[in-house]
Amino acid sequence: MTSLPATTERRLGLVIDLDTCVGCHACAVNCKEWNSGAQDSPLSDVDAYGADPSGAWLNRIHTFEVTPEGAPAQIVHFPKSCLHCDDAPCVTVCPTGASHKRSEDGIVLVTEDMCIGCGLCAWACPYGAREMDPVENVMKKCTLCVDRIYSETLAEEDRIPACVRTCPSSARHFGDFNDPTSNVSVLVAARGGIDLMPEMGTKPVNKYLPPRPKTNAATRTDPARPAAACQPDTPRPEGFLGWLDAALDRLG
Amino acid sequence: MHPAISVIFFTVASGAGFGLIFLLGLGFPVGGGAGRAFAVSLAGGGLAVAGLIASTFHLGHPERAWRALSQWRSSWLSREGIAAIATLGLFGIYALVWMWSGSRLQILGLLVSLGAAATVFTTAMIYAQLRTVPQWKTRLTPAVYLSFALASGWLLASALGNHAAPGPWGIALVILAWAMKWAWWVRAGRTRLADSGSSPETATGLGFIGKVRLLERPHSGENYLTREMVHVIGRKHARKLRGLALALGAVLPVAILIITALTNAPAPVNLLAALSMLAGLLAERWLFFAEAEHAVSLYYGNR
Amino acid sequence: MNQTNAPDVAPDDAPHGPTGIRKTTCYMCACRCGIDVHLKDGKVHYIEGNRDHPINKGVLCAKGSAGIMQHYSPARLRKPLLRTGERGSGEFKEIEWDEALGLATKWLGNVRRSDPRKLAFFTGRDQSQSMTGWWAQQFGTPNYAAHGGFCSVNMAAAGIYTMGGAFWEFGAPDWDRTQLFMIFGVAEDHDSNPIKIGLGRLKARGVKVIGVNPVRTGYNAIADEWLGITPGTDGLLILALVHELLRTGRIDVDYLIRYTNAPWLVIDNPGGADDGLFARDDEGTPLVASRSTGEITSSATPGVKPALKGSFELSDGRRARPVFEMLAGKYLDPDYAPAAVAERTGIAASTIIRIAAEIAEAAFTREVIVEQPWTDMKGERHERMIGRPVTFHAMRGISAHSNGFQTARALHLLQILVGSIDCPGGFRFKPPYPRPVAGQPRPHGGACADTALAGPHLGYPRGPEDLLLEADGETAQRIDKAFSWDAPLSAHGLMHMVISNAHARDPYGIDVLFLYMANMAWNSSMNSTSVMRMLTDKDQSGEYVIPKIIYSDAYSSEMVAFADLILPDTTYLERHDCISLLDRPISEPGAMCDSIRWPVVEPDRDVLGFQSVLLDLGARLKLPGMTDADGNPVYRDYADYMVNHQRKPGIGPLSGWRGTDGSKTGRGEPNPDQLQRYIDHGGFSEAHVPAEALYFKHANRAWSDWAIAQGLQDGPVENIFQLYLEPLRKFQLAAEGKIKPQPPEHHRDRIAACFDPLPVWYPPFLEHGLDDDAFPLHAITQRPAAMYHSWGSQNAWLRQIHGENALYVPGKVCDRAGLKDGDWALLTSPSGEIRVPVRRMDAVNGSTVWTWNAIGKRAGAWALDKDAPEATRGFLLNHLIDELLPAKGDGRRWANSDPITGQAAWFDLRVSIRKDPDQSGGVSLPHAKAQASPVGAAPATVRHGREPAL
Repeated sequence: MTSLPATTERRLGLVIDLDTCVGCHACAVNCKEWNSGAQDSPLSDVDAYGADPSGAWLNRIHTFEVTPEGAPAQIVHFPKSCLHCDDAPCVTVCPTGASHKRSEDGIVLVTEDMCIGCGLCAWACPYGAREMDPVENVMKKCTLCVDRIYSETLAEEDRIPACVRTCPSSARHFGDFNDPTSNVSVLVAARGGIDLMPEMGTKPVNKYLPPRPKTNAATRTDPARPAAACQPDTPRPEGFLGWLDAALDRLG
Repeated sequence: MHPAISVIFFTVASGAGFGLIFLLGLGFPVGGGAGRAFAVSLAGGGLAVAGLIASTFHLGHPERAWRALSQWRSSWLSREGIAAIATLGLFGIYALVWMWSGSRLQILGLLVSLGAAATVFTTAMIYAQLRTVPQWKTRLTPAVYLSFALASGWLLASALGNHAAPGPWGIALVILAWAMKWAWWVRAGRTRLADSGSSPETATGLGFIGKVRLLERPHSGENYLTREMVHVIGRKHARKLRGLALALGAVLPVAILIITALTNAPAPVNLLAALSMLAGLLAERWLFFAEAEHAVSLYYGNR
Repeated sequence: MNQTNAPDVAPDDAPHGPTGIRKTTCYMCACRCGIDVHLKDGKVHYIEGNRDHPINKGVLCAKGSAGIMQHYSPARLRKPLLRTGERGSGEFKEIEWDEALGLATKWLGNVRRSDPRKLAFFTGRDQSQSMTGWWAQQFGTPNYAAHGGFCSVNMAAAGIYTMGGAFWEFGAPDWDRTQLFMIFGVAEDHDSNPIKIGLGRLKARGVKVIGVNPVRTGYNAIADEWLGITPGTDGLLILALVHELLRTGRIDVDYLIRYTNAPWLVIDNPGGADDGLFARDDEGTPLVASRSTGEITSSATPGVKPALKGSFELSDGRRARPVFEMLAGKYLDPDYAPAAVAERTGIAASTIIRIAAEIAEAAFTREVIVEQPWTDMKGERHERMIGRPVTFHAMRGISAHSNGFQTARALHLLQILVGSIDCPGGFRFKPPYPRPVAGQPRPHGGACADTALAGPHLGYPRGPEDLLLEADGETAQRIDKAFSWDAPLSAHGLMHMVISNAHARDPYGIDVLFLYMANMAWNSSMNSTSVMRMLTDKDQSGEYVIPKIIYSDAYSSEMVAFADLILPDTTYLERHDCISLLDRPISEPGAMCDSIRWPVVEPDRDVLGFQSVLLDLGARLKLPGMTDADGNPVYRDYADYMVNHQRKPGIGPLSGWRGTDGSKTGRGEPNPDQLQRYIDHGGFSEAHVPAEALYFKHANRAWSDWAIAQGLQDGPVENIFQLYLEPLRKFQLAAEGKIKPQPPEHHRDRIAACFDPLPVWYPPFLEHGLDDDAFPLHAITQRPAAMYHSWGSQNAWLRQIHGENALYVPGKVCDRAGLKDGDWALLTSPSGEIRVPVRRMDAVNGSTVWTWNAIGKRAGAWALDKDAPEATRGFLLNHLIDELLPAKGDGRRWANSDPITGQAAWFDLRVSIRKDPDQSGGVSLPHAKAQASPVGAAPATVRHGREPAL
């Protein structure tokens, strides 16, 4: 059913820490690898060794350059996958019921054998989270690794999305946003997690932690000198070698 | 947006077809006997069906197209499918009765007309509902689709139906439709993504730091999203096509109509006006897609 | 046995092959993570990180996850190949292994019987150097090395000579305790997951990260502060920080006295043959002066409180000064003041001053105390471990310059001055390190027909007397001229000089060039175009100048096309390997670790693991150690060697489960069951360092005892950090004509200037006499995190991410040159010109352009279509880099390398840029003629996880 549930029992999703992501693409490739094997049909690639290779991916890492007023430009690596929106327009436009949002955990899924491959859901999504598989001709999207998180064969610690498990710098976190004590809720509260394109009214579940403020070289004044008691004295008028004598005296 | 030929043909052809059906349902006068009734009904139904069939070429799995009828409560695309099929069914009965008995059932005709209008409206709403494409998200979009359907339907109806010039009504409808489109274009010119409140800054949430610019795409080549939604069309190219759309879709048909009205030219000439308009609409529809900026492009370097 | 969540592995004779998890070691880059390979019906289905593994602790990078596509790559070689067309054409015929090995044996046998020097055997990115080196030693050629000479040797040598350990993957920050982390140009192909894991931990703790890099991507993107330094000036920045720390007296004097040669007395005898050498007693122990009495005494005297300044008279009347006084004098010089270096480095003086203060603040006001008593090598007991929690890390960014050795030394000096080497919160050695020069071999050369070399090829010269020179004292013994006056401390050899030297027959011609896994015809060589010419050049007799080339690789690389005989290797999932403590192990600071690869699937092609092939060749050649008294092979294959080879009694390639019952670690008899024990344990062995030995390993008795027990060292080795590096002074004395052997005249000025025993900065050689206006820009490459060398391009997934590269150009440079995104530009260096697509970027040093490394491919290579973007738009900067510098006044051309170690100075490149007047599409230039693909064409579509498989 492509009507949206008014509320969901849990709101599972990801927190992506832009202050920590180094843009290594680990999450994207592991996602592709897991989901190509795990879903109803593979995430295919066409012209794979040719002039114009492309394929279906559920997660892609963009690189943005952000230029503040009067400070050097900085780079932000920006992973992007389905945000599992509360008000997911990709779901309501679906004519077949293939696209749906689960009332129990809020995950937005596509039932592949109901998908006619019209592409309208991808048009409705502002985030580019849905991609038509070039061989299977059905819409592919992040499932939050629904087959992992509810798996009964995987070890408890592995019941997390593949992207989260593989992320080397721990820039990705998975949890229930309905639970204010969950890791994701705590992170969002502490670090000011944000929505992407809030003006679209999609109410994304996934949140992004913005980069922390940078120290900009040569734009800051020197910090206060560290407490004198904890550090060697600064050189006296007789110069560095005079200071050395004093330092050695203290060593005894 | 990627201007897919199947969708362009679908919207233009089924628009004209349902426009013609709408007029027939309202009792648009058709001269001649059953043969003429058959011909004109075939034209309306045929265009509508041809458009619908073309639209399935756009589907990854056309064999599952029947599933699209299930979600009428939320999906405009589903509603469109239902409306189209219902309308075509009713129109089939209407046409059969007409050809069989020569009488045109007024109540059924009204239902057919309502269905045809609803079908074109739902088609338009597939696009007009999308927040992701601000240029489409306006009531003007259904107004344009409806008025183009009506105008192109009128030209066909008059050319095929009574072999007569469409008269001032026809000219008025063509001009009205293009006035709508002009208004749509004016609005679209002011409703680019950049004007809509969305920007690379809101798309990334990084605006609080400064100006945001794409440095590297996620992948060095193209992907489904860039092919489908990050279609970039040259300004010059667009201007030329718009001229072509206006020339074929408006100027030439109106000129033909005026000439035929003055000269009482034979019906095939009127058909020329209709065909010219349809050709112009193909160009117009190509631009409708090609010029539309999708929010996803903000993640791919658009600003 | 690890607890794993592996579904039961079905027996191998299951109808479609095994299903389940097999644990082995990744080989998608040099990081060597543990991987869980999921098999389904005998096919590799999914690869994820092994949670128990010391390196990656469960995580896995993009390359590792894409290993499936490497394993099923259509570029895999299928059978031995014999060249049929001209070299470079890529035309081959498939032959049987017997014929291939017979040919190789014939070629190699002729060389060994006549003149073993005529074999040059060099290996690339292999991880079996202790075995390949041993093979070459048994063969008797002096011409062996791996690829460190164009990769890492500046850093390795600087670290070993200074403190017995280095950055790269041989040491790591104390991620959990450090309070400030400063990272210089670090590549994404060594230790990459540990660094990313570490950065994640720092971020979680809110520890400040400072990135020093001309380009602000990757690690630098998340650094809290970015210093967009001008390439080649890192040493200047570091020494300005040293200046500032000295000036403000924020150094750890106690640490310097205890662990470094700061108090050692240096003879002050200008013009003498001993000037600048350490004053030593009769046993050779360096002398110090008592602080209170001025009495001269051995530095080993217990309880001595040495002076750090002053001038002292030795018993024989010579005068001497402590190292520290010389050091302080040198770096307090205004030349190293922040204001003096600001313009050159691109870093404001105020920033340098502030960062010096931040380093000092972290080191001294946030000292870390671990309540762990320990005893130092002098027998003094310490109640606790006191740490200076500031850490540094660096790799190719600072080392791939002609001043890289001294720059790496400068960084170690900085670390040592604040007392942050192997202390809590500081930089930590990974076992088997620390291993100072005293515990390292000297280089071995000399070559006699049918005779093994006396010792390992590579080592650490203590002075000019250890160079490998012919009797004339000038001519190099080795084909790459390693350990010659060209590059005296070239501890990793100079692979990048082999082809050009062999082509020039300088110092001599060779008969067989034998390469393994090194794309020398393409991205691993400077000036690839001329290298391809050298490989195809013929002499007057119509023979190739380099007569025979044997190459082993798993894939259809560019180099394959230039070889005469191809020995096809397996993929990393089909082979045995050992990541050995004898080589480049996977240890972490707190544990001694090594690991294996084993065939988790069998090859479906007629290919063999190269190391097994090498042992087979060794047996056919009857090499000592590889054939028994009856002339039979000693080792069945590499797996057999891994278990049964002993380098010394009880010491073998693998440290785990030794002893006949597998109960011993480190030392012990071979255990026939050893590999199975590794497999059962997830593919690795891990022995934890005792708590008392975890820090101060350079001076820690418990560490020394433990390392000896584990077989990491034979006995106690003194490791005093060498702030002042006496071997360099010896080379200077030789250049001054004071000691022998002496360098040829034309080397002397350079040795005098660059071989400063205290770290020094000098401008990169390419800049000497360079017209700055003609070549105003620096050009460098970075390794993408999702691509390793040239391998990634055959990978259906990774090549979607990096299928082509652009030149990133600072915005202001774009504006001046009228360039916009997507334009074609002409990039010119003193030695060449290339045509490249450009992209604007502002988060980069304003005088630096850069691109991703090794994306450009030769058309036809790697089983890619000839019009693949890698070949049409991708490009290499290599074409702009010559292995020789432009001629100097005397007509000589110096190597474009560090003068001390010979490391290739990739990042010294200078260029100018202009818009190509011809913007009409086309391709990147130069565009090499396509090579034929010996493996045929690749499939169009990939549907991983489904039949039909690739």
